[in-house]
Amino acid sequence: MSTEVKTKESLFSKKNRQLLKDPFNDNNPITVQVLGICSALAITVKLEPAIVMSLSVMFVLAAGNVIISLIRNLIPNRIRIIVQLVVVASLVILVDQFLKAFAYDVSKQLSVFVGLIITNCIIMGRFEAFALGNGPWKAFLDGIGNSIGYAVILIAVAFVRELLGSGQLLGKQIIPLSWYIDLDKGTGFYANNGFFLFPPMALIVVGMIIWAQRAKNTKLIEEN
Amino acid sequence: MKFVQNIFDQTRPLVEKDGKRNLLYPLHNALETMAFVPDHTSHSGAHVRDAIDLKRTMVTVIFAMVPALLFGMWNIGRLHFGAFGEESSLLDNVIFGALKMLPLITVTYAAGLGVEIYFSWKRNHPVNEGFLVSGLLIPMIMPVDIPLWMVAVSTIFAVLIGKEVFGGTGMNLLNPALTARAFAFFAYPTWMSGDKVWINTTSADGGQLVDGYSGATALGDLATTVGQGMGNPATETVMAQFGPEGTYSLMNAFLGLIPGSIGETSAALILLGGLFLIFKGVGSWRIMLSFFIGGFVMAAIFSAFAVNEFMGLNPLHQLMLGGFMFGMVFMATDPVSASQTATGKLIYGFLAGFFGIMIRVFNPAYPEGIMLAILFMNVMAPLIDHYVVEANVKRRAKRLANA
Repeated sequence: MSTEVKTKESLFSKKNRQLLKDPFNDNNPITVQVLGICSALAITVKLEPAIVMSLSVMFVLAAGNVIISLIRNLIPNRIRIIVQLVVVASLVILVDQFLKAFAYDVSKQLSVFVGLIITNCIIMGRFEAFALGNGPWKAFLDGIGNSIGYAVILIAVAFVRELLGSGQLLGKQIIPLSWYIDLDKGTGFYANNGFFLFPPMALIVVGMIIWAQRAKNTKLIEEN
Repeated sequence: MKFVQNIFDQTRPLVEKDGKRNLLYPLHNALETMAFVPDHTSHSGAHVRDAIDLKRTMVTVIFAMVPALLFGMWNIGRLHFGAFGEESSLLDNVIFGALKMLPLITVTYAAGLGVEIYFSWKRNHPVNEGFLVSGLLIPMIMPVDIPLWMVAVSTIFAVLIGKEVFGGTGMNLLNPALTARAFAFFAYPTWMSGDKVWINTTSADGGQLVDGYSGATALGDLATTVGQGMGNPATETVMAQFGPEGTYSLMNAFLGLIPGSIGETSAALILLGGLFLIFKGVGSWRIMLSFFIGGFVMAAIFSAFAVNEFMGLNPLHQLMLGGFMFGMVFMATDPVSASQTATGKLIYGFLAGFFGIMIRVFNPAYPEGIMLAILFMNVMAPLIDHYVVEANVKRRAKRLANA
């Protein structure tokens, strides 16, 4: 038993704010920890699924973190991964059913990737690394922070890919149709960049974001 | 030339470290070394310098490309006037082609050098000659009617992602010119394939296209035979073009009298450039030879077990079409992205040719099989080198143990 006097920590103490802020830049789950790349590849062709995916992950991660944190002292160490999987699977099924009921088109587009949130490395990573050792409020903030870090990258990639690949944003035409080259009529000067619709381009865009981030944030550069 | 030298000398204080315009130093340096032999001398120790520096190497490759480039210009004009059934002299063709080609070359160099100079300035490096060859290769592997901004975007992408992120010239994993073409091919497939872009058909005086005009390439036509089986009457008209009297006859394909990317059509002149490169010791004969053998072996296997006309094409004829020859001489031999070891070069070349023909025939939607195969082998080259070196180490260790 520690004899230290416990001081009450305010809800948004500096440490807690750090939990929210850190994953945004210095400890971003995608660009620094390079987790959750698979979903960043698969569902960033259009902006809408990317936003829905971000919200789903935010719900699963925040709720899961809180649940794991609440029962952290009850989980036998040996079977903790199974317990974590049960929690995250139940939450993902909730999200899946919710999307099927209220956003059927998007849930069609996301198809298996909603189910695959279960295996999203960010979620298991946060359960293991944070929720198992911290109280529910901190775990909640950590979940929100990390899912925002994930969402920012996802939405940025989807924004670039949808705009340059299809000339649209959220399904609305942004680039005027009269700009497009019509080979038969010989008018127009613009064409969509089909490469942005292919998954490799998502990796290249993420790579460029990492490049730009490291150029600005020099403490991320490893020494070697 | 004295007065050019004077201009450089007079402006040098301005761009040097504490000069007013020191941001322009890389540009000044690049133009100066392009115009004159640099007079830099080393300040410490003794250095033996080989006369064949980067600049000499690059200029040699440029010389090797000139015949194919000039032929390409002539071919642009010939195909253009041919499409309208008009008579045209040699000079007409070349002038028309040069007018089409110049904007392409200018745009490529402007875009590529822009990125290069920016990075040299950021990194405090002098601009080097690395882009000299890529900048001429890129227009030669584009169709004549591609919009200029697409060339610019592809070039910028290739220099940025293909080269600068890895650290610039000499550090690149992929051949930058092929990266540009691969980007253009996946980004703007309408302008990189099909039958609208290979021959310029914009007429100044409202001419009509001749009857039976087709803008497709030989490989494009061949691809239509896939799935029809051998000796089918439906494929007869296509295959007649590949006979001795047809448009795509072996002789025409060898000389380059067929539509295609600007510089890639003339196997004869590309081979001439290749011989020049081998003679000067700049291009690796190992890569070229094994590339050819690899392609030939694959084509021979295909024609022995042919199930469609594309596979059944005479192996030699197969190699004369598309970008095979151009890839063999100018792309696969890129000294940076190819294998470095002698044995590695043989393996690298063989597999690049082998896969090139395989991709082209198995997936007719990708007539650019050669490009994809070379890029793939570029990525594999360090691995090949690694195992060649390991094998050598093992062999010598064994010899030592036995001695």
